[in-house]
Amino acid sequence: MSAMTDIVSPNASQPVSIAKTAMTPTPASRTHLNLPNDRWKPMEIAFWLLPVIAYFAFPGYLVLISQIMIIGLFALSLDLILGYAGIVSLGHAAFFGLGAYTAGLLAVHGWGEPVSGLLAAAVVAGVFGFIVSFLVVRGQDLTRLMVTLGICLMLHEAANKASWLTGGVDGLSGMMVGNLFGVFEFDLNGTVAFWYSFAVLFVLFVVLRRMVKSPFGLSLIGIREGVRRMPSLGVNVNRRLIAIFTVSATIAGIAGALLAQTTQFVGLDSLGFPRSAELLIMLVLGGTGRLYGALVGAAVFMVAQDYISGLNPAYWQFYIGLLLVFIVLFARGGILGGLEKLAAGFKSKKEAV
Amino acid sequence: MLANFAGVLFDGIAYGSLLFLISVGLSVTMGMMNFINLAHGAFAMLGGYVSVTVLSALGVPFLASLPLAFIASALVGLVLERLLYRRLYKASHLDQVLFSIGLTFMSVAAATYFFGPTQQPVTLPEWLRGQVHVLGLDVGAYRLFLIGVVVLVTVALGLLIERTRFGAQIRASVDNQTASAGLGINVSLVFSLTFALGSGLAGLGGGLGIDVLGLDPTFPIKYMVYFLLVVAVGGAGTIKGPLLAAIILGVFDVAGKYYVPEIGAFVIYALMVVLLILFPAGLIRRKA
Amino acid sequence: MSDITLRTEGLSKRWGAFHANSDVSLTFKPGARHALIGPNGAGKTTFINLLTGSFLPSSGKVYLGGEDITTLPQHERVHRGMTRTFQLNTLFAGMTVLESVALAISERRGLQSVWYKTVANHPDVIAEAMELLATLKLTDQANSITRSMAYGKQRLVEIALALATRPRILLLDEPAAGIPSAESKELFEVLAHLPRDVTVLFIEHDMGLVFRFADRITVMVGGKVLTEGTPEEIAADPRVKEVYLGEAEHA
Repeated sequence: MSAMTDIVSPNASQPVSIAKTAMTPTPASRTHLNLPNDRWKPMEIAFWLLPVIAYFAFPGYLVLISQIMIIGLFALSLDLILGYAGIVSLGHAAFFGLGAYTAGLLAVHGWGEPVSGLLAAAVVAGVFGFIVSFLVVRGQDLTRLMVTLGICLMLHEAANKASWLTGGVDGLSGMMVGNLFGVFEFDLNGTVAFWYSFAVLFVLFVVLRRMVKSPFGLSLIGIREGVRRMPSLGVNVNRRLIAIFTVSATIAGIAGALLAQTTQFVGLDSLGFPRSAELLIMLVLGGTGRLYGALVGAAVFMVAQDYISGLNPAYWQFYIGLLLVFIVLFARGGILGGLEKLAAGFKSKKEAV
Repeated sequence: MLANFAGVLFDGIAYGSLLFLISVGLSVTMGMMNFINLAHGAFAMLGGYVSVTVLSALGVPFLASLPLAFIASALVGLVLERLLYRRLYKASHLDQVLFSIGLTFMSVAAATYFFGPTQQPVTLPEWLRGQVHVLGLDVGAYRLFLIGVVVLVTVALGLLIERTRFGAQIRASVDNQTASAGLGINVSLVFSLTFALGSGLAGLGGGLGIDVLGLDPTFPIKYMVYFLLVVAVGGAGTIKGPLLAAIILGVFDVAGKYYVPEIGAFVIYALMVVLLILFPAGLIRRKA
Repeated sequence: MSDITLRTEGLSKRWGAFHANSDVSLTFKPGARHALIGPNGAGKTTFINLLTGSFLPSSGKVYLGGEDITTLPQHERVHRGMTRTFQLNTLFAGMTVLESVALAISERRGLQSVWYKTVANHPDVIAEAMELLATLKLTDQANSITRSMAYGKQRLVEIALALATRPRILLLDEPAAGIPSAESKELFEVLAHLPRDVTVLFIEHDMGLVFRFADRITVMVGGKVLTEGTPEEIAADPRVKEVYLGEAEHA
C-alpha cells in the first residue's frame, strides 16, 4: 500500500491481521481487514517533523508558523463536527473568540499564568458549546446554519457593544502573560510561543486522532454517512452530536486562547463571520474528515494569504472565492482528496503492470 | 411618544417590506430547489449598482432605473443558474453553502474593484423627498413609495402564483419535483425562470432601497443574515411566511436601534435564534 | 428472561384525511414467524414504522412485554430488543461493510464511550463481525465500500446490520426485494436459523417465501387488518384471493 494513501486516509489503511483461531475459516491467509487502527504511518511521522524542521529553517517566520499551528488546531475542531459528524456550522468563531477573550481578560486582570488561562478558556468555551449544542441538534441544515451563524453574530455584537470590557473595535490589549511554567518568558522572536503552540497542538492532535479512530469516532462517521440508520442501531444521535459539539467547542476555545496568549492581544475579528467563513474554506481546501486535511488546509491558506494579500486584498478575496467555487464543482475532496485519487491511480497502474 | 412609536412602526414596515422584496426570490428557490444560496444578496447589490450607474452615468430618471435593475439581475441570475447553480441541486447543503460563499466573495471583490469600497451616494428625485401627510401622521415620501412598490409587487406575485399557469407550475415544482416532471412540466425551465425572477426582484429591491440599506461592496455579507433569517423563520417555499417574518424583523430592528441603541443588532440576532428554536420549520408551515 | 410479546391495541395513523393505519390490534408471540402481506399501500410499512417509533401513532398503543412503549424513542426500542430493516437500503454509503457491521456491534456492546481505544483494538468485535459476514456470505466484501456494491449485496448488508444488534424481535420490510431469487432463498435460510425464541415479523410480496417461512399470516388492506391465520387458512380464504388476485383474473 503506498505511503501516500496512508497519510491521507488514516481511517482506512494499514491492514489489521486477525488471529485465525478467533474466526471461522477464511478463504486466504492473506485476508487483511481495513479498520481504524493506531499505527502511525511513516508519512505522519514525517509530517510532525516538519514544524521542527521549520523552526530551524525559517527562524524569521516563527510568528507566522505559530499562527498556522494555532489556526490548524481551530480547523481541527471544525473538522470534528463538519468532517466527521456532518454538522454545517457558520459560527465556529464564537467558541474561538470566547476562548480568546477568556484568556485575554484573565491576563489583563492579573491572572497571567498561561496554562491555567488555557484551561479556563477551554472550560468557558466547552460549557458554552454544550449549551449551544442543544440548539444545534434540532432542525434541518438551514436552521442549524442560521442558529450557529446567529449565535456567533450575537457574541460579536455583544463584544462590540461591551467595549468597556472587551475594548470593542480596538480590541483587548494590556495582556500581561506570565512565564510558561514560570520559567520561559514569551520572547519577541516567538520562540517560546512556537513551542508552546506546537506542544498544545500535538498533544490535542494525538488525543483527537485516537478518538476519531475509536468506536465513538466510527459512530460519528455513521451519523454523517447514514443518520437515518443510526437510531435503528440503538444510537441516541442527539446525545452523540452534543458530545462531539462540546468537544469541538472546547478545542476551538483552546485555539483562541493560544492566539491571545501568544500575540498578547484579542481583536474583535476573532468573533467575526469572516473568521468562521475562512475556517470553513481552509478545511474544505485541505479535505474534510481526515484531521490532516484541517492542518494542510490551514497551512496552505495562511501562507497563500500572507503572500497574496500583500499584493492586493481585493485580489485575494476574488481568488479565494473562485477557488472555493472550483473546489466545490471539480475537486470536492480538497488537497488530500486529490492526493488520494492520485495515489489510487498509481496503485492501480502498478497492479495492472 | 405615540407619534414616535407610529413613526418607528412605519419605518420598520418600510424596512421590512424591502427585506421581503429582496428575500422572496430566495424563499421560493430555496423551497423549490432545496438550495441554500448565501449569495442572494449579491443580486440585490448588482441591482443597486446598476441603478446607481444608469442614474449618474446615463441620466436615466429614477423610476426607469428600477426596471433596469430588475432586468440586469434577472439576466445574470438566469445565466448563473444555467451554468453553475443547476450543477449543485443534488449536492449536499455544505457544498451549496461553500459554493455560494465563493460567489459572494467574488462579487464583493468585483464590486470593490469597479466601484471602490465606499458607500454609493444616491440622490432621490424631487418628488420622493420630504414628508407626506397620511392618516394624521407625517411620513417619509420615499418610504411610503417603497411600501407602495412592494405592495404592488406582492400582489402581482400573488396573482402570478395563484392565477397563471406558470404560477401553477411553480407551485407544483415546489411541492413535488418528480411528480411535476411526470406531469410534463419542464421543471428545469421552471427552475431557471423562477431563479431569474427571484434574482430580478432582489435587484429591484437593491436599486429601490439604496437610501434605506446603503450600498457598498460588503452589502451581500452585511445583509446575508437578514435574508436568510427571513426565509428560515418565515419558511422556505412560501410567500406569506417571509412577508410576516420580514415585517417582524424590520419593525424589531428599527425599534431596537431606536429605543435601545446600546444593544443594537443584538436584538435581531437574539430574536432570530429564539424564533428558529421555537419554529424550526418556519412561522407558516407549508402544507405537506 | 422477560416476556417479549409484541402487541398493539387499536393502533391508528392519520395523515390529514388519509388513514394509513386504522385500529390495528395484533399480537406477536415470542418466537413467531409472522408474515404481513397485502397490496401496495395497505399500510404495512406504516405499521412497522409505528412499531419501531419512526413516527408516533394518532391513537392506540404498542406494548412490548408488559411495557407501554408507544412513545418510546427509536433507539430505546432497539435496546429492548426490537430491530428493523428498511424497504429501501438505508446504509452507510461511504463506509465499508466491515466498518458498518463493526459499528453496529460496538453500539450493542456499549463501546461508544470508550474513546481511547481504536476499533481495530477490539478483536472480539471484529471476530463477531466476521462471523456474521460469513453467515451472509459477505466475507469477500468486508473491505468493500458500501456504495460500490451491487444492490443485492447491499441488501444483505441491510440484514447484517439488523442481525448485528442481536434482536429478540426482528421486523423485516420486504427483505428479499432486490435480491435475485436464488440468493433470497439463502437469505431466508439464514433467517430460518435464527434462534427459535426470536420473533420475526416480515413484510413480503413473494408468496413462495411467505408460505415456506411463515407460521402465521396477517393480511392488511387499506390500513386495516383483513384477516389473520395459518398459511393454510389464508390460502383458502376467498377474500384474500380476491384482494390479491382479483385484478389478475380480470386482466
